Amino acid sequence: MRKKKFDYTGVLSSVFAIVIGLLMGLVILIICNPSQAFPGFITILTGAFTHGAKGVGQVFYYSTTIILTGLSVGFAFKTGLFNIGASGQFIVGGFGAVYVGIMCENLGSMHWIVALLAGVCLGAVWGAVPGLLKAFFNVNEVISAIMMNYIGMYAVNWFVKSYKPIFNNIRNESKPVLSSANIPKMGLDKLFPESSINGGFIIAVLAVIVIYLVLDKTTFGYELKAVGYNRDASRYAGINEKKSIILSMVIAGAIAGLAGACLYLAGTGKHIEIVDVIADEGFTGISVALLGLCHPIGILFSGIFIAYLTAGGFYLQLFEFSTEIIDIIVAIIIYFSAFALIVKMLMQKFGKNRQAAKKQESGPGAEEASQKGGNRA
Amino acid sequence: MDYVIEMLNITKEFPGIIANDDITLRVKQGEIHALLGENGAGKSTLMSVLFGLYQPEKGTIRVKGKEAVIKGPLDANALGIGMVHQHFKLVHNFTVLQNIVLGMETVKGGMIQMADARAKVMALSEKYNLLVDPDALISDITVGMQQRVEILKMLYRDNDILIFDEPTAVLTPQEIDELMRIMKDLVAEGKSILFITHKLNEIKAVADQCTVLRRGKYIGTIQVADTDKETMSEMMVGRKVNLTVEKAQAKPGEVVLEVKDVCVKSVREGHEQNVVDHVSFQVRKGEIVCIAGIDGNGQTELVQAITGLSGMSQGSILVNGEDMTHKSIRYKNTHGVSHIPEDRHKHGLVLDYNLAYNLVLQQYFEPSFSKAGFLKKDKVNAYADMLIEKYDIRSGQGRETITRSMSGGNQQKAIVAREIMKDPDILLAVQPTRGLDVGAIEYIHKQLVAQRDSGSAILLVSLELDEVMNLSDRILVIYEGAIVAELDPKETTVQELGLYMAGSKRKEAKQDA
Repeated sequence: MRKKKFDYTGVLSSVFAIVIGLLMGLVILIICNPSQAFPGFITILTGAFTHGAKGVGQVFYYSTTIILTGLSVGFAFKTGLFNIGASGQFIVGGFGAVYVGIMCENLGSMHWIVALLAGVCLGAVWGAVPGLLKAFFNVNEVISAIMMNYIGMYAVNWFVKSYKPIFNNIRNESKPVLSSANIPKMGLDKLFPESSINGGFIIAVLAVIVIYLVLDKTTFGYELKAVGYNRDASRYAGINEKKSIILSMVIAGAIAGLAGACLYLAGTGKHIEIVDVIADEGFTGISVALLGLCHPIGILFSGIFIAYLTAGGFYLQLFEFSTEIIDIIVAIIIYFSAFALIVKMLMQKFGKNRQAAKKQESGPGAEEASQKGGNRA
Repeated sequence: MDYVIEMLNITKEFPGIIANDDITLRVKQGEIHALLGENGAGKSTLMSVLFGLYQPEKGTIRVKGKEAVIKGPLDANALGIGMVHQHFKLVHNFTVLQNIVLGMETVKGGMIQMADARAKVMALSEKYNLLVDPDALISDITVGMQQRVEILKMLYRDNDILIFDEPTAVLTPQEIDELMRIMKDLVAEGKSILFITHKLNEIKAVADQCTVLRRGKYIGTIQVADTDKETMSEMMVGRKVNLTVEKAQAKPGEVVLEVKDVCVKSVREGHEQNVVDHVSFQVRKGEIVCIAGIDGNGQTELVQAITGLSGMSQGSILVNGEDMTHKSIRYKNTHGVSHIPEDRHKHGLVLDYNLAYNLVLQQYFEPSFSKAGFLKKDKVNAYADMLIEKYDIRSGQGRETITRSMSGGNQQKAIVAREIMKDPDILLAVQPTRGLDVGAIEYIHKQLVAQRDSGSAILLVSLELDEVMNLSDRILVIYEGAIVAELDPKETTVQELGLYMAGSKRKEAKQDA
């Protein structure tokens, strides 16, 4: 049997985007404060390791949420849908988890699991709405999902604020969940002492594996992807394409809801704040998904990578830089990973030209390189 | 020499293939020059080079004796080169006149001056005998009329080198005759025509010279009058091709598909009308029944009603005596119905899936390919390899090839293979050879006949008269959604069939042949 050839160009283009993003970050650092730029840059790259195992644990903790929101977006993407509503599903899911975490006292050791499932279910419901609208009324899921983001945010604010038992009116945020509702550490605190890491990370990795298997190995995944690629051909093949679209959004919503639940049940002092801002975890999820090429395994790594940069960026303050620079760098990386297709094309062309150059020893490769530089600028 | 176009030693490479390899094409002043070749032979590429859409790596283009550098369609237009595309480029909610002047409007003080344009168009249409109603909307006129508008568009721009890209694909036999006459008139008036086609009859009918391409290579230029069709097809395909389908007498068995009084309603411009109008017929085991008609007379809607892709307002569908009117598409797929769809990109294939996945598009869930919800990839791959081998489906990376990158002919072969391997009781083949070259057509025809002989019922929907006459055992002619005639291909002529298809003749079909 012939071995399947792996396509590296996709991965390479992500790496290319990362390199460009980091270099641009360096440029920004130099503009802000030339003398501290290089130490600052090195801090971004290595800052996460400052406190050894604790730092690494912290990276995994940060990454948990964005891996899951990234997985939500990436999964929907693979099935032909753009889930821009991960933020709404995230906050609604988080609310479900917090509500169960505070109100249901007698669940014992099952408490955190029930709270987690409550988050998953509410997220799924929130995802189902755009799915239903798309399947039955052909409403663009982007528009309805954006609406659901706002509805989710205001609904959660209103619920938390108006329901005394879960509202901490001194700090204008939700009360902490009961300790039985916190996700257990699952031994990770032994590996990474003092860090905020908890079982949520393991749950995220499991979710990645499950989604990977579903998409790649099952007939269900075959149907979902077929509908995503070509709705008409799927109908022709006898696939119930309405059901597929709805289920895609339900699953995407459930994963984003799980992300919310994992964050607010982490036991790290995170509470639902009453602010009129859409949760940016959902949008970071889009970045993570794009950088990970929407492949579950890719998303796992890109999530960890962005969390790593964010952790390192935190230490930029030591050099009198503001931590927002890290957001800029991440933004640039995403910006360039959105160019992944162009990069892929250029690299293919470059590869061809190199082959051609080998053949005739002429200089089209150099010409190409300068052209590439031009495109970049 | 009085060549109007000389494309000398043109070479155009694309990644992986040489689309045009040292091709020379010379068109004389005042001749109809045919460009013949299979799909993928490089005809379109060559024309794109002439139109400036691609720049050739090697070779020169001379227009009217002068070397020309053509950087885009505007340059081509300035040199007097015009083209009627296979799919017309008309604005449907504009009038004929507006379409003709589009892009060349005479403007005075910001206002369009139509009077001059109208006079010029009318003069042209009289001179070349191209009768059109300048104020009719494009959406209201026939395809043949639309083509005249395209021709007038070129003439309005004072083009004298006219390129026709497969102009007859959408026309009825009568309209084709009319077009041939128009082409001859144009040449008589001093225009030169480059005529792209893979239909040998038409080349024989009008062309003076013919340049043949095969797989990007120049094969030769011949005098059409001195060459017979067999030689031309051999030059085109590279081997001897059997132009007629050999088949034994049909032995119809019991009824497999029964369509009873089916209507499909559609709302067009506020009027509700039956696009399929009380259609009833039967297809028996071991026969090929063909629905012949001009595109857009309800064939698509009828087939989609039978397969369940779209609804119907009345009537019933029986397969093997079982009422399947309200069954799901999947139920039909798994109960003896196979369907080679009209639009292979829209319905036939998931283009971003690889070939193996596409070959199990309707069967992936069956126990032989899945277990407990998981795909058995080794089984899928083995099945795909078997089909690829058996039906000679050619592609870059075998079963792993993404179908989007395959050629149209091989995509169609994949669909035919998939549908025939299901060993259907009834095979619905809708334009199974559309856009394919002679070699692939021959192959698919053979497969259909073989399937008939192995006991399937076949319902063929085709716009190609040759295919209808060659392949079918019975012909049903559809016109404006209704079956207007049932004909025996042995007792009818192409001309008669054309008259029925155009609606100028009708007789009641025998409903129970």
